[in-house]
Amino acid sequence: MTNMNLEEFVKAFAAQLEDTDPSEITKETNFRELDEWDSLTALIIIAFVKTTFDKSIKGQEIDTCFSVEELYNLIESK
Amino acid sequence: MKARIKAISYYLPKKVVTNKDLIKEFPEWTVEKITSKIGIEERRIAAKNETAGDMAESAAHKLFEEYNINPQNIDFIILCTQSPDYHLPPTSCLLQHKLGLTEKCGALDIDLGCSGYVYGLSLCKGLISANIATNILFLTAESYNKYIHSKDKGNRSIFGDAATATLISTEGSCKIGEFVLGTDGSRYNQLIVESGGARIPDKKNDFGRDSGDYIKSADYLYMSGPDIFNFTLDTVPPLVTEVLEKNNTDKEEISLYVFHQANKFILSTIRKICKINKDKFYINMTKTGNTVSCSIPIALKNAIDEKKITSGSSVLITGFGVGLSWGGTILKF
Repeated sequence: MTNMNLEEFVKAFAAQLEDTDPSEITKETNFRELDEWDSLTALIIIAFVKTTFDKSIKGQEIDTCFSVEELYNLIESK
Repeated sequence: MKARIKAISYYLPKKVVTNKDLIKEFPEWTVEKITSKIGIEERRIAAKNETAGDMAESAAHKLFEEYNINPQNIDFIILCTQSPDYHLPPTSCLLQHKLGLTEKCGALDIDLGCSGYVYGLSLCKGLISANIATNILFLTAESYNKYIHSKDKGNRSIFGDAATATLISTEGSCKIGEFVLGTDGSRYNQLIVESGGARIPDKKNDFGRDSGDYIKSADYLYMSGPDIFNFTLDTVPPLVTEVLEKNNTDKEEISLYVFHQANKFILSTIRKICKINKDKFYINMTKTGNTVSCSIPIALKNAIDEKKITSGSSVLITGFGVGLSWGGTILKF
């Protein structure tokens, strides 16, 4: 279990992406619109959340998030 | 009577599909992404007129030749496949005849996927312990590519066709330990071929995508990636713990963990959650892809050939997938 604030989360999230420069990712970024976002990236984020926070998030739940901040709030709510 | 694994062989069909071949059809996919994330460079595809039953027959012949086995000594044959030659009769009955086994043999098919090898071993252990059989030919064979839509780049990247043959006997060096099995039928539709069975006999000729952009058609293989991924992350770590407990052993006693070779990414994540060292965790599907019920026996055979499993090794195996179904046991070599 890790206690992370939003800023740290944005950095950690950006680090999961392979093709996108971390400086391009902010809390407002609509990550599902990124060029590199595909079904595999979604799995990478699910794995990241599980191994970092020991929490499960579903594909359908990720689909309700339109920004990195919304994803952070989703994880916090679990 | 103790059940032992005496021999393992496998057969791969001739046709090879490399990542380069797939990129030609799906230019947005990159070779690097498939290789590095999924851990697969190439996968084999059964020929048009080569069924899972045919591949099982080839695997059995390889086993007989490699280990000098007389088919007349087999008294039971089990085939694990989800691609039988016919709705009926069972393909194992056809194989009894094709392989020249005696008529004193029992024969049955089991309809399981990625958990199939573990379940099959549990049946073999039961048959031997109850004195029902002494030499069991346990075959696995899968041709999922016949179920996959040509536009389904995800599943076409992952799945490979193959067959394996294992001899389980009352003698042999590898003891089969205690089992933990599980099922969750409420999630049956997360890995499914809907039409063609008794429930939906006719093709629906539908083609679409689910909310995660995965190809969805009742007539083809559908797998909800994130749901199956979450399933493995939630199910496999507790399964490993239970298998250790049931076998009265602990993590440190295990020489090698050989899990169903789903894809490198899932396996690495499970490994991290289970806190298993990389050097004790076997991942090798670069040349075969995910071969469903064949993946564990292929991995075991490769690990033995690579001397990662030797006499005295304790190997923890787990299978998990379609059903949804899961199981695990420990093999003591």
